Amino acid sequence: MTAVANGSAADRARAPRVVIVTGVSRFLGATIAARIAADPRVHKVVGVDRVDPPDELAPLLRDVAVRRVDLTGGASSLVKLGAEALVHLAVVSSPDPDAGGRAAMKDQNVIGTLQLLAACQQMPSLRRLVVRSSTAAYGVSFRDPAVFTEDTEPRDAPRGGYGRDILDIESYVRGFRRRRPEVTTTVLRFAPFIGPQADTALLKFLARPAVPTVLGRDPRLQFIHVDDALEILRRSVLEDHQGTFNVAGPGTLTLSQAVRRSGRIALPVLEPAMHAAASFGRGVAGLSLDQVDLFVHGRVVDTAKLVRQYGFTPRTTADAFDDFVRAQKGGAVVTPALVAATEQRLLDMIRSVRDKQGRAGR
Amino acid sequence: MTVPEVDDEFDERVAAGLAFLRRRLSGQYQVDEFGFDPELTEQVFQPVLRQLYRRWFRTEVIDVKNLPAEGGALVVGNHSGTVALDALMLSVACHDEHPAHRHLRLLGADFVFRMPFVSELARKSGATLACNPDVERLLHAEELVGVFPEGFKGVGKRFVDRYKLQRFGRGGFVSAALRTGKPIVPVAIVGAEEIYPLLGNIKPLARLIGVPYFPVTPTFPWLGPLGLVPLPSKWLIRFGEPIDTTPYADGADDPAVVFNLADQVRETIQTMLHETLELRPDPFAA
Repeated sequence: MTAVANGSAADRARAPRVVIVTGVSRFLGATIAARIAADPRVHKVVGVDRVDPPDELAPLLRDVAVRRVDLTGGASSLVKLGAEALVHLAVVSSPDPDAGGRAAMKDQNVIGTLQLLAACQQMPSLRRLVVRSSTAAYGVSFRDPAVFTEDTEPRDAPRGGYGRDILDIESYVRGFRRRRPEVTTTVLRFAPFIGPQADTALLKFLARPAVPTVLGRDPRLQFIHVDDALEILRRSVLEDHQGTFNVAGPGTLTLSQAVRRSGRIALPVLEPAMHAAASFGRGVAGLSLDQVDLFVHGRVVDTAKLVRQYGFTPRTTADAFDDFVRAQKGGAVVTPALVAATEQRLLDMIRSVRDKQGRAGR
Repeated sequence: MTVPEVDDEFDERVAAGLAFLRRRLSGQYQVDEFGFDPELTEQVFQPVLRQLYRRWFRTEVIDVKNLPAEGGALVVGNHSGTVALDALMLSVACHDEHPAHRHLRLLGADFVFRMPFVSELARKSGATLACNPDVERLLHAEELVGVFPEGFKGVGKRFVDRYKLQRFGRGGFVSAALRTGKPIVPVAIVGAEEIYPLLGNIKPLARLIGVPYFPVTPTFPWLGPLGLVPLPSKWLIRFGEPIDTTPYADGADDPAVVFNLADQVRETIQTMLHETLELRPDPFAA
């Protein structure tokens, strides 16, 4: 197999004419497919997923040729499309009980990626591969440094299924890089997504009025605003960014701080109880081992490489989280207004008591 | 949110206290990427430690001018006392006694970060794991980093070995200073050896509860919780002259250079310890 477009640097930097996007039945995939299709340099965008996109995403996908392909059964039907770039977003971060649960999730993440990369190897026209990964790739260990750079090796495998899937996916991508070094391969390690419309398992969890936390732990969290994630994805397809990048909002919020900012109440639970709840059946209260890992260890990554390479700084974790909080309707127990009002009331009370005493003393 | 109007000093203090609670309750405070919460450290942790530092241990500081007023530096001290109170007292000394009120970012063993509650308090007070990526990141950020290279060998040594420096691990702290070109400030801490005189160590019990050692002191475990009260020894903390590491910058990966420099730091601290001990003939002096 030979690559067609392995010419000059200018040729490498050229926007791709045909792009395949996997995972278009979900918000992120559909939105990025639409944005790429809107670029005049791109002639054709093919959107792929194993189920048809829901009706609310249909307006986004007007200019996208949607194909129903179950990647776990092989992706050879994509080989002949003449794609110059492929964006792999069909990576699921939490099991969907209505779609086969954890077993199906693992199939889609691991087998789906394996099949897709096998097909990519047979695409002579391919110049650019963009893969969605996660900061879960760093695993969890008490001997981890506080901040992960892209070259930090995971010390211990994560307990959570998603974390283990991510490690598998990245190892397949490393294999692909060795076999097709002329293809620009961009691996984006995303922090958990956040934004007004995002509804991941983690965000649903944080939106509960009482948020279970692990007793004696206050993990450092990081988020990436969905809009910023989309911008990074768009640039990864249209520009040339070889390498692995952490994609996260700079800075951090501790879990307790996030709970307070959203006016929720923290409900500390013993770690073994949390662990049992996450392991039990489909996981009680939407809990997964990935979340228990995160809630014990926390996770902060260095984004200097991303900012340098892309010339783009995502909004901070705190700003991204506040954007999420603003979009929440109800559910807050301790609102800032309530706290401020209580503060004022207490001050007035103390003042009136002292005034009375002052008058009595005179 | 508006800050309520205030009339006099008492009102001002009440208002400041309530504003502090409001900020805490609504999450409106800053935490750095290591989990350091400066507001909580200054308003809650340090006032508690300060009582211990001033009233209980009557700590005195010598040559605090050797601590740089700005920029990163690695503060290296002797470790002792069964419980690592010396690290906490050193951080109070750096903050209270130095005109620049610097925060000392302590390095802890992974065992500290394994334990619930302890790990949370450690991160919030600015500590992080003793590993080179974290040390270099802190030094690059121009922070003051506090390290005790003896580790458990130092804190867990027996009372008869007091003020004898133990072996300095692999000298990882030296290579971090070399790589970042930051000075090393040696520190001698006198007083911590007497707070919990360690007579013995019940190893099977330590293994059972997963701690590096299970201490036996004159008061612990015999007096139960009362045995946790540290003896009120007199403390002296002496800062030595900074050691410039830039001449050795090329040797960060050379074990011989690293080892020699580590040994030099160790010798300096040992000499400072002997000199400082002579200033304090009675361990429980006023």
